[in-house]
Amino acid sequence: MATPNTPLWEVFIRSRNGLAHKHCGSLHASDATMALQAARDIYTRRGEGLSIWVVPSSAITASDPADKAMMFEPAESKIYRHPTFYEVPDEVGHM
Amino acid sequence: MYTQALNSSDAEDRGIEDPRAAGFQARIDAEERIEPNDWMPAAYRKTLTRQISQHAHSEIVGMLPEGNWITRAPSLRRKVALLAKVQDECGHGLYLYAAAETLGTSREELVDAMLAGKAKYSSIFNYPTLTWADIGTVGWLVDGAAIMNQIPLCRCSYGPYARAMIRVCKEESFHQRQGYEIMLALARGSAEQKAMAQDALNRWWWPVLMMFGPPDQASQHSDSSTRWKIKRFSNDELRQKFVDATVPQAQYLGLTIPDPGLTQDGDGHWRYSPIDWNEFKQVLAGNGPCNRERIAARRKAHEEGAWVREAAAAYAEKRRHRQVAQAAE
Repeated sequence: MATPNTPLWEVFIRSRNGLAHKHCGSLHASDATMALQAARDIYTRRGEGLSIWVVPSSAITASDPADKAMMFEPAESKIYRHPTFYEVPDEVGHM
Repeated sequence: MYTQALNSSDAEDRGIEDPRAAGFQARIDAEERIEPNDWMPAAYRKTLTRQISQHAHSEIVGMLPEGNWITRAPSLRRKVALLAKVQDECGHGLYLYAAAETLGTSREELVDAMLAGKAKYSSIFNYPTLTWADIGTVGWLVDGAAIMNQIPLCRCSYGPYARAMIRVCKEESFHQRQGYEIMLALARGSAEQKAMAQDALNRWWWPVLMMFGPPDQASQHSDSSTRWKIKRFSNDELRQKFVDATVPQAQYLGLTIPDPGLTQDGDGHWRYSPIDWNEFKQVLAGNGPCNRERIAARRKAHEEGAWVREAAAAYAEKRRHRQVAQAAE
């Protein structure tokens, strides 16, 4: 008999105080409590984390890589969003 | 811990060339990483699913020969180290299953294929760990060979696999060092202990060399794996690197590598005698010393864990119902 599937979770770990939680992998668990415990055992065996988030993988909506051009093209032409677009005379010094 | 049969991919389906294939290859050639939602040729997906899942199975089955010695480790220091190592192997298996799943096959399906004997794992784990010196040898040589194989995989073209390998390699270096430390203690011990170390080396040396897979002229599928930058070095290149790195380590221990034909050539490489590929084929075919025992142990663990999975699923379901009911109040 085929083994029934157990839900998939994505794991995010804050490695140091002041840093953001960063995606580090995924795991299977039947509920959130077990997912947190499994994340502790699988991803923080050497003190890699101060805090863990687990999120059901099914709750994540991702952009389609095929739409990359359409999604991100609008920002490419807006060079005036960068500080180097603006000219400030040298005499003014660092700004 | 280990990857083997890296080049056992199916012959690529060269029938219909998808128009996206050229763009895919161009990305690989430009050293871009391929991510799960990107388009990829079916054969690339299939090759990687097999390779990563075999690698994962190897980590899990690899816990058996070492787990065998946890309760009999000679000191508390050795025991905690071995326990930590076996836990790492479990973790490595899970990182790898997660990476394999991103290609579209669930972990449960992958595990079921292994339990059914349809998926392979590294043949090295079909050898028994007869004495404590085997634990030292496994750490020193088996993990040493695994690291040799895995370091280039950190640059594999498939992003999730490469990232899993980076994590695995970071953790793995302690494995080899703890193995060598065990060997050093035995080699510096009594005559009996030294003989035990030598005996373990004698039994593991050739199977470890086989871990790198068939010789280059006999491996048929390296082509596509190389072109796709899954494989960065040939089996024989990695094997040679391993031998060159290991011979001085054995000399330092004062142990003899069981190969009378071992000689150093002019440019410093250690040349070894021909490998008995018939033994390799036999073990792969299921006739190694422990093949049946390993699969039986995995099946038993899986079956005995069924009630835990069912209970956890039932509890999650009950909680979900309760939350729905509370929300409705």
